[in-house]
This record gives sequence, structure tokens and C-alpha cells, in this order.
Amino acid sequence: MLLTFSNTPGNELEKEGRSAAPPYGEAEVVCPNCHRTLKLSQAESNMMTCSCSYHFRIGARKRISYMCDEGSFSELFPSIVSEDPLSFPGYGFKLDKARATSGEMESVVTGSARIGGHECAIFVMDGNFMMGSMGRACGEKITRLFEWALEKRLPVTGWTVSGGARMQEGLVSLMQMAKTSAALRRHSDAGLLYITVLTDPTTGGVSASFAMDGDIIIAEKGATIGFAGKRVIEETTKQELPKGFQTSEFLLEHGFVDIVCDRKEEKALIASLLYMHGGNK
Amino acid sequence: MKNAYDKVRTARLASRPTSLDFISSMFTSFTELHGDRRYGDDKAIVGGIAFLKDIPVTVIGIEKGKNTRERILRSFGSPEPEGYRKALRLMRQAEKFHRPVVTFVDTSGAYCGIGAEKRGQGEAIAENLMEMSALNVPVVTILIGEGGSGGALALAVCDRLWMLENSIYSVISPEGCASILYRDAKRADEAAAALRLTAEDALEFHFADRIISEEKLGSREFFATLSDELYEEIKQLSEIGNIRERRYERFRSF
Repeated sequence: MLLTFSNTPGNELEKEGRSAAPPYGEAEVVCPNCHRTLKLSQAESNMMTCSCSYHFRIGARKRISYMCDEGSFSELFPSIVSEDPLSFPGYGFKLDKARATSGEMESVVTGSARIGGHECAIFVMDGNFMMGSMGRACGEKITRLFEWALEKRLPVTGWTVSGGARMQEGLVSLMQMAKTSAALRRHSDAGLLYITVLTDPTTGGVSASFAMDGDIIIAEKGATIGFAGKRVIEETTKQELPKGFQTSEFLLEHGFVDIVCDRKEEKALIASLLYMHGGNK
Repeated sequence: MKNAYDKVRTARLASRPTSLDFISSMFTSFTELHGDRRYGDDKAIVGGIAFLKDIPVTVIGIEKGKNTRERILRSFGSPEPEGYRKALRLMRQAEKFHRPVVTFVDTSGAYCGIGAEKRGQGEAIAENLMEMSALNVPVVTILIGEGGSGGALALAVCDRLWMLENSIYSVISPEGCASILYRDAKRADEAAAALRLTAEDALEFHFADRIISEEKLGSREFFATLSDELYEEIKQLSEIGNIRERRYERFRSF
């Protein structure tokens, strides 16, 4: 069986090397970092991480199954979906394609769940949906989640994966950065906890808004996190980028994330943080 | 009638008045304040206290510079994280002293560089968006040239957005958009049209509240009229009790 984790790389954020092993026996995946071939079941039992500590990119539903207590997830606002506010050429087609490849209606899934027994509002972005880009629907779902969590007095935990604002929605997408930031500020003013988990990749407008506003910011090992794209920086500055530039570890070194975490330890960490903040109902 | 890309070109003209022209012509006693109290003083953003007639205000502007030497000094109006942090410091100071805030935006975008990333460009912008949304004083933003993405928005979480006739406001540069979309930066004119980045577009989508005619751009009369209008606007906004609530509703509707 052949497994493909992403389409042909189209830009720098869409890494190569995801394609699968030859079509025989049990499904296998090749680690793009150490080039080892892993049985899919083995990778799955390690939450899609390799023994070299490479973290495969995963979709929102899989992440929810790894991070939330079994059967505790209940989806909110699934009917908010992207429209095409500017009638942008080709956008309608791209949306259809994204829905087909990701199986999601939008680049973020929102809902409530329990993590290690603690009740929490969650949002989980999905990189298979137009590189996790944020348009109006994405911004609206996250905003409503913060408003809902404020009303219910619940903490919010959010996993980010994003190439940034979705250019096909023009200024409408830019404004989502301000809208989500305003909503999370209100949630914060009420003394409620917001944890962000930055996963590979978290860039552009999302890294310049709600991803970086967490009370506690966790980054998954080896994730690319940054504001400007690497290629743009190289072209602008004509300088070679330092090794490990814009990785989770680089951000930790420079003081912009609290904890770099292995995906396998993430759930326990989040559960413990939720517990330290008053824990569970 | 100019098409969208003509407006982009006009918005970028070096001959346009810069933030410092607006500040020196519309306000009196401008006292520039420097530094973010964290790391440095970014010259791409100027800020300080001034009088708008009889009202003390905090004024902040992204400054591109007038000539080559100045433009280099000011990074062509692309702020580093320190610029955004200085702006935030001045806005918090404004809140403490109950001063309205006026910002002038003119940037192709936040600076892209190794140092900017190391010092948290994303975090600096994120912080501004969050904090500006909660400021308890009126904020008026005047977009005088280029409104380039998050780097512009970081000074534009405002109660009123005024745009000059030939200013633009966009999530991505038309060249960047064209290179992603058509893999050809030369098709920027098509991208500019698709992005709906003109002042008229922003007005139509209710992101902007009014368009300022450029008929007399740069003249004494132009600045005097704009100053009068801004004074009236700020007087009205100052009467609103819970301005941050209104600002929340404004952005909530987007």
C-alpha cells in the first residue's frame, strides 16, 4: 500500500521526502531526516515520530486522537466554512481541492475536549488544508472558540500549523490576525489560561498573532517557526542563514518559546499545566 | 482612471510626503521619544508627543525617509521588532496619560532579516495586535502610502482608518502574490487587481472609514484641512466611554 503524506512540494514549507515505501506488505513511511524506513504501525505507536526524533506532520484529527482523552472531543462551529469574499481567481477550485485532500472543511478544527481529565477548549490547525492558511472562516472559528471558552471559563489549548494569512482572501484574511488577537486578549483578561503548541511549520501571519500570544508557548521538536520565509530573508539580506535558523530550538535559545517538547510527552505536559492552573471540572 | 497596479506604483513614489511631513505639518511641539527600553531604537518608526491644536496626543509613524541616505538609515520604512516595541511602549504611555493615539502607516512590510527573526518579529507584531485591541484611548490610523501586511496592521488596530486616495492596504505585495500564484512576479498587475488592495476596496469592505483626496497632497492647505478633520474626529471619539469595547466590535465584524 502506498502512502502519501503530502502532494508534490510546491514551496519551501512543503518539505520533500514524505512519499512512502514500495507497495508491499505493511504500509511503511520513510523518515525525511534519517532516511530510515519505518513500519506505519511503529510510527503510529510513537505518535508519528521517528526514533531520530523527527516529527512527521500530521492532520488535525490524528492530533486530536493523540492529545485528547478518548472520546472526549466534541466539535464546535463546524459549519463555519470559507467563502470567496474577493472572487479571487482560482480560489474556489483550490478550496474544493483542499477539502478533498484534507477531508476537512477548514484549516482549523475547534471544539472542547478533556486532556488528562481536564476540560479544555481546543483548536487544532490542519496543514493539509491550504498549508494551514488563515482566512475568515479560520479566524472566525478561533475567535468564537475564545469567546465560548470565556463564557464557560475554560482554558484554551491551540496547536498551530500555518503558512500564514490566506492571500486569496486579501485584507479579509489580514484582519483575522487582529480579530483573533482581540478575542484572546479578552479571554486572558478574565484570568484564563491559553497554551499554544507550535508545530511544523508555524509562520507568517499566524506566527505574528495568536500563535505567539500564549501564556505558555510549547514548540514541537524540530518545527520550523518564524515570521518571514527563509527564501525571502535570503533574497533580502543576501546572507547565508545560520544553522538551525527558525527552528523550535532556535526560538527557545532566543527566548521566544517556553518549552521544546517531544510529541510523545506533549499530552502529559499539557495535562500537568492545566492541572497547575486549576485543573479540571 | 488608475488601475490597481497604478495605485501601487503611486503609493510607493519617493516624492510622496512621509510620516514626518504629516507630523510636522499637522501637529505642534512634536517631541520625539526614542527606544523600546529593551534593546534599541528603530529608526523606521518615529514616535512622540505633540499637540493636535489644544489636545496632547501620542503620534507614531512609519518613516521611509526622503533621500537615499535617510532611506538606508530608516530601512526603507520596514520596522524591526524594536520599532513595534517602541510603538507599543508609547501607546501604553498614551493610555496612562489619557492621550489619544494617531498612527501614520507607510511600509512595504515588517523587516525581513536574521536579526529581526532572532529578536522575535512575529512576537512583536502579535503583542501589538493584542495590546492595541485593548487600549482604552482612541486610536486613529492614517494610511499614507503602503500598507504592507502584518507590518502595517501592527500599528493599525484602530477605531478609525483613513486612507489616502492612492494608498494601498494588502495582505501580501502584488509581486509576492504573483510569484506564488503565477510563478511570475511580472504579473503583479493582475495580482494587484485580484487582491482588492486600493482605498476604494478597503472602504467597500468597511476596513477603511474614509478616503482622503490627494488633490492638494503636500500643500499647506492639505495638511491644515486634514489636521482640522482629525481634531474633530478625535474630539468625537474621546466622548465614547468604553472605546475598547467599540474597537472590539469593529474588528469582531471582520
